[in-house]
Amino acid sequence: MEKIPILRMGRFLLVTIQIDMHDRLALQLQDDLTDRIVKDRAHGVLIDISSLEVVDSFIGRMISNIAAMASVLDARTVVVGMQPAVAITLVELGLSLDGVRTALNVDKGMALLREEVEAAGRV
Amino acid sequence: MTVVDRSVQPIQSPEDVVRVRQVARERAVAQGFSLVDQTKLVTAASELARNTLEYGGGGEVSIEVLNDGMRKGVRLTFADKGPGIADLDLALKDGYTTGGGLGLGLSGARRLSNEFSIESKPGEGTRVAITRWR
Repeated sequence: MEKIPILRMGRFLLVTIQIDMHDRLALQLQDDLTDRIVKDRAHGVLIDISSLEVVDSFIGRMISNIAAMASVLDARTVVVGMQPAVAITLVELGLSLDGVRTALNVDKGMALLREEVEAAGRV
Repeated sequence: MTVVDRSVQPIQSPEDVVRVRQVARERAVAQGFSLVDQTKLVTAASELARNTLEYGGGGEVSIEVLNDGMRKGVRLTFADKGPGIADLDLALKDGYTTGGGLGLGLSGARRLSNEFSIESKPGEGTRVAITRWR
């Protein structure tokens, strides 16, 4: 069965979405990530969406859900690499990704995650 | 206005929704749409294809390539024989949903399109057409 791989980097989990996901796959990723946050005692999740050419309301909701679930499990989430055309479309669609931290690229996202985790006193 | 090409895609599974996105993208690229215009059309197509599947119980989309003098466009017409929509004004409101979604599908697709029309009869089905011009 196809799956989006979740990589562990120290205290963080890294997900790079490189395919056009159908809805079941997106839900699967949501479940897998929540499991892994607990299993790996992760402090943060970095989601790289630079290869995603479309973020519709379903994928947008999945991203918000992941951030909310991670937060309840005491982990921070940062989404990186959103393409400009995707950002323009998301806003026009009416989606604001409330509660989701974003950064321009993986480097900046990792720096932001570290800051957030340190600020939360989880060093 | 002339319809240069017309094809029909089934919408019966989540994988079909992905295919609708891909075909809409191909047509938009062939018509010379900018990346932003492509993305808007494909995102609107994704919302409406999902509605056809989730609320209409499946259906199909007709994808038309349009030429109108200097203008080039793509028209997508989604049709299902599902339960229909009793109150269209309410269904087009941001945030209104009868399912588990965000209620942005119809209203968002309308904002992302240049032309939008919807017809629905309770018990007979729903037909939504969107056009985006280059």
